[in-house]
Amino acid sequence: MISFSHVTKSFRKSRVLDDISLDIGLSERVALIGSNGAGKTTLIRCLLGEYTFDGQVSIEGRDPRQERTAVLGSIGFVPQLPPPLKMPVAQLIDFSAALCGTDPARIHQLAQRLGLDLAPILTRPFVKLSGGMKQKLLIAIALGREAKLLIMDEPAANLDPEARKIFFELLAERQEDVTMLISSHRLNEVSALVNRVIEMDMGKVVLDDRVADDVSLSGQFGCRISLKRSEAAFAKAMQAWNFRDLGEGLEWEGVVPGPDRLRFMGMTSRYVALISDYSLHEAPPVAAGNGGGAALRKVGADATVI
Amino acid sequence: MKQLWLTAKLDIVESLRARWFQVYTLVFGGIVALLFLFGLTESRVLGFIGLSRLLVTYIQLTMAILPIFVLITTVRSVAGDREAGVYEYLLSLPVSLAAWFWGKILGRYIVIFLPVFGAMVLAVLIALLRGIEVPWGMFGYYTALLAVMAACFLGIGMLISALARSTDMAQGAAFVVWLTLLLFLDLILLGVMIQGKVSPEVAVTVALANPLQVFRTAALALFDPQLIVLGPSAYVILDLFGVTGYKFFALAYPTLVGIAAATLGYQIFRRGDLP
Repeated sequence: MISFSHVTKSFRKSRVLDDISLDIGLSERVALIGSNGAGKTTLIRCLLGEYTFDGQVSIEGRDPRQERTAVLGSIGFVPQLPPPLKMPVAQLIDFSAALCGTDPARIHQLAQRLGLDLAPILTRPFVKLSGGMKQKLLIAIALGREAKLLIMDEPAANLDPEARKIFFELLAERQEDVTMLISSHRLNEVSALVNRVIEMDMGKVVLDDRVADDVSLSGQFGCRISLKRSEAAFAKAMQAWNFRDLGEGLEWEGVVPGPDRLRFMGMTSRYVALISDYSLHEAPPVAAGNGGGAALRKVGADATVI
Repeated sequence: MKQLWLTAKLDIVESLRARWFQVYTLVFGGIVALLFLFGLTESRVLGFIGLSRLLVTYIQLTMAILPIFVLITTVRSVAGDREAGVYEYLLSLPVSLAAWFWGKILGRYIVIFLPVFGAMVLAVLIALLRGIEVPWGMFGYYTALLAVMAACFLGIGMLISALARSTDMAQGAAFVVWLTLLLFLDLILLGVMIQGKVSPEVAVTVALANPLQVFRTAALALFDPQLIVLGPSAYVILDLFGVTGYKFFALAYPTLVGIAAATLGYQIFRRGDLP
């Protein structure tokens, strides 16, 4: 699907990519991790045909620079920083849909699923939206086309837990026929989303490893937490994850999306001194495309049994 | 073609929402309004009165303002967009580089020419309402001259944007280009000639190669067909081109400069790093 062959990129005297050779197959979900300046963004820009470089990059045997429209037509891209576009939301949707040959209604539907109601903001300049709204819209635009490759740079960084859960469901629906390249500074942000990890440092690949893929993108965990005493900050955090208070803030129950469990556990670890009991049980996965609501209620019921 | 028009439309919408465009429109609309307000149509110069007098003044002012305005706003917005990450995202969409670059030029051209042309139309409308005679021939040629001027400096602006890697560098380069063209206007060249440092032929050739001077001379030629104010240089110009020939040259040469600069800019853009 994707092939990097001896790719080297320098800016003046600084070598940012140093002889990178990689092959990524169809339906692989790859985490591209590394610190700032490791070369992740440069590698992505080479893949998008935006940079010139030494070596070769091909996507399904095609050069992304020479055959831009054909190659980019099958790529969905979500940048880390939303561009400061002054154009209204409606025009951005129409522009990208027209170029990609997709129906704007599909983007509207996806945005709706991510919890972004487009109707009131269609005339608003994109740059004036909140960080979360921009991210949801860019994800909806990327997923709203027939992409075979999804390139996402910290895609869920600005999303609330509910939107993250739906985002994972959307990825799960596409995982069989789409290759994903997800860039992040930290592995724990994306580890549960991927089945391969590529770590970069100083322009080189320093780690290329397969990871266990036992929990699917649509997997969920029923969770129950007991506290020694109630705590307002903990209650607020739990409510953000849509957890139910079972009694005076001492018992909490809810469902955690599988790919988000590390993030959830990281959040709860801040309150470890308060926690007297903690259980996390794998629940049946959400059926793709059902919106997740019914399955969530079912899992919620199971969790009470746990 | 669809991609080209989509990109042009995008640039138009982005520009219409930008502050520079509001100031730009206000400046040119304001010039016409002020010229009418101060009764310029009633004054006389070299036999010109009424709307002709106003158009002569308007085009002189436009020639002073338009080039630097077009250069600075073009490089600021193009290089600024690239710096801000707009290119990274929009060029990840399946648009060809040719459609993107030329679409951007088309969009910007519409946006920079329409306020200037709109101000001229406004002048004509006011004149018609006041019963002042409209010199349609002059109106047509000045419109063409402004259209060419906008194209010429837009092309140069896009070339600078393609070359410069930052907004600051692009703005600095645009200013230097404008200043250089300004320095090689006839007055400076006259000084150099008087000092005997260059031959008159070289001085006149340099002047004719300078788009700013070409516009200036063409505007002068409309109310001073013998180019008396230019002195001996007028003989060279008129012997070489004739009055009609020079009018044509003043439209064709800057257009070619603009197209050549934009084409060179496109070649640099498509061969380099995009964001």
